[in-house]
Amino acid sequence: MPIYRCSFAAVIAFSMIASLSAADLSSQIAAIRKVSREGQGNEAAAAAVRNLSNAAASDLLQILGGFEKASPLAANYLRNSVETIADRHLAAGKPLPVKQLETFVQERTNDPRARRLAYEVLAKVDSTIGDRLIPAMLLDPSPEFRRDAVQRLVAEAESLGKDSADKAKQVYRQALTGATDSDLAKKISESLKKLGDEVDLVSHFGFLTDWRIVGPFDNHDFVGFDTAYAPEEELDFAAKLKAKEGEVSWGEITTSDEFGIVDIAKSVAPHKGAVMYLATFYEAAADRNVEFRFGTPNAWKLWVNGEFLFGRDEYHRGMAIDQYRVPAKLKAGKNVILLKLCQNEQTDDWAQRYQIQIRVCDPSGVAVLPVKSKSRTTSDARPQKNQPQRLTAQAEGASE
Amino acid sequence: MINLQNLSARRIVPVVAAVVSATCLTGADWLQFRGNDVSGVSALSEIPATWSDTENIAWKVDLPGRGLSGAIVIGDQVVVTASSGFRQDRLHVLSFDRTSGKKVWERQFWATGRTMTHPKMCVATPTPASDGERIFAFYSSNDVVCLDLDGNLLWLRGLTHDFPNASNSLGMSSSPIVIGDTLIVQVENDAESFATGLDTSTGKARWKKARPKKANWTSPTVWQNRDSEPLALLQSSAGVEAVDPRTGETQWKFEDGASTIPSSVVTTDSLLVPSNGLTALRPGENKGDDAKSPEVLWNDNRLGPGTSSPIVVDGKVFVVNRAGVLQAADVTTGSILWKVRLKGPFSATPVAAGKQLIFFNEEGGAQVVDISGAEGEIVGENTVGETILSTPAISDNEMFVRSDGHLWKIAK
Repeated sequence: MPIYRCSFAAVIAFSMIASLSAADLSSQIAAIRKVSREGQGNEAAAAAVRNLSNAAASDLLQILGGFEKASPLAANYLRNSVETIADRHLAAGKPLPVKQLETFVQERTNDPRARRLAYEVLAKVDSTIGDRLIPAMLLDPSPEFRRDAVQRLVAEAESLGKDSADKAKQVYRQALTGATDSDLAKKISESLKKLGDEVDLVSHFGFLTDWRIVGPFDNHDFVGFDTAYAPEEELDFAAKLKAKEGEVSWGEITTSDEFGIVDIAKSVAPHKGAVMYLATFYEAAADRNVEFRFGTPNAWKLWVNGEFLFGRDEYHRGMAIDQYRVPAKLKAGKNVILLKLCQNEQTDDWAQRYQIQIRVCDPSGVAVLPVKSKSRTTSDARPQKNQPQRLTAQAEGASE
Repeated sequence: MINLQNLSARRIVPVVAAVVSATCLTGADWLQFRGNDVSGVSALSEIPATWSDTENIAWKVDLPGRGLSGAIVIGDQVVVTASSGFRQDRLHVLSFDRTSGKKVWERQFWATGRTMTHPKMCVATPTPASDGERIFAFYSSNDVVCLDLDGNLLWLRGLTHDFPNASNSLGMSSSPIVIGDTLIVQVENDAESFATGLDTSTGKARWKKARPKKANWTSPTVWQNRDSEPLALLQSSAGVEAVDPRTGETQWKFEDGASTIPSSVVTTDSLLVPSNGLTALRPGENKGDDAKSPEVLWNDNRLGPGTSSPIVVDGKVFVVNRAGVLQAADVTTGSILWKVRLKGPFSATPVAAGKQLIFFNEEGGAQVVDISGAEGEIVGENTVGETILSTPAISDNEMFVRSDGHLWKIAK
């Protein structure tokens, strides 16, 4: 039984305020969880939010429990209910179930969004909660908690004097284990470099750096994005393919960029009006869900094991790490990743980039490395229920 | 009771009485980007020409996140949006007491769409809108949140959640408007581009129509012929399309192209479109198949606005170009009447209080220009000392402007 249910029972017994019946509460939460695309279920969800707005503080735990596997839309409705109830009680000077909320925050199997929300509610009445809880959250499943913990360690390292370089290195290294936001990882890496340590950010983030590549195929007048060229029909690396400028063969491209950027314009050619295909293999230890996270200023399509996952027809509107997040399922063993990267024909200086940065991670942003990697980057930070929490998890499938 | 102070006489019918149904507007509300009638004009207001930390700043409050969105004013409430977090994925809606500046409530949501923007922009770029009893907060992530005036969630939509390619990696800025019981939202970008009319009571789409696949940061506005219902004007690189706000059916089109940044402005009997400079149109009286293309009254390529949208006051249109030169022109003929060089650059659209135009530049400098004479005259120069990219709101004799960190009330 999830922790929140135990906590909820305890709070109910403790509460002096009449709350909705458990059945009523469950039905309101269920109505919210049914909200879906294009406004379906909005009316019922709004009615449920109205009903929940009069709930007792003790009901907060069950509402927070309702976040488990809730859609992003439903989570926002539930969030509004929690905020409304908490604010009403705080404004009236009524107590919140702080112990139970804190227990809920600390139980890592609870939904990360709900845990963070509970933490923020608690922070309104307890100024010490950050100091008490955040230091232990360096490898938390919640990216926001991890970020807070990393920032604390970075501040600690920065405060150390020049004669404490070894200690600073140690603290930075510790901070890096939880850093999945690029700004913090970069800052830590640069600080360690100044102290004489190098950081392998490619492994840390799980960037894919080694690819086979073929092209250019035609993308004059944007025809290429919707044209299925030969690699989309069959992936035969030995084949000679008819392309834009004649027959082409698969080659190889590898990047040594610190952040894993594969730069076609520099490493291959500054093709314009072109489509290039990139393919690589990813060896997974077991079936698992991952996210492919992209950054590119070019239009693209992605297939994993022959299944089309997503495509985007946008050019030169910017590029950033984790710009796109594409959920995917990897199978145990060899997985085939195929990318189609399109360049348009703009002549502006700012429209010449032809590059991509792609990594594999879990939904919280922690790198998931292929079997053959030697990185020690953490993964699977969110523990399974009834399993001990791992403070220094090993990447799934990674070997020493 | 409706206070008419902020409303030009002609447009009160289309945009408030007809547009905002069954509401009780108290005070002089400023309900959306460029105000209730989407003009940016508060004809009877008087805003001090000068202010400083010790003079004419009624209050200044902290904000929890970034925002290019302007404030709106609903009765005693001043509502702003903000976005925060490393990924700008925390969406805020805040309500402040208009008199004291005290925060009345704050609600937060998680973005369900992509949150990447150009560093100059942020997820809280579109200005929210209201029908006087609901607040509609829209974000670059294409999340639409509808709250009542107490901060209770009435509905929400994740338009990128529903249509996953609807986003712009540079950020979206189009501010929605309310026409009757429909919220008009433009989600226009290179990949999955559309406009939609959402039922203000449920958030469900009354209509959704494909729009040109090209990034577009302009905001919709309203047009109404003398005896007809108001039309929503959707501007894009293709031109301007007038649609029935309840059905989305196209009533007429101007197809000679238009800017994708500054938005059109309506005069008493014409529409001024940032197109080939500035183009004045007179839409036909008929609709549908019988509709004529709008008559082009005049065009002047010297009147092309920069980022700020043009504003019309007393028969003159005022345009700030990319060089920061303010030009005044006759709305009937397009004749340029005078020019004044301002200190730019500008992202915010100017607003008018009585006979004064107020321009906030990106450095937070506010220049107040008196437009009552034969030439424009800068009568006040002030600064809030922070980057200002948002358009101010004016209500009665009060002005509200926000930066990434603060919200100010400027009033005597």
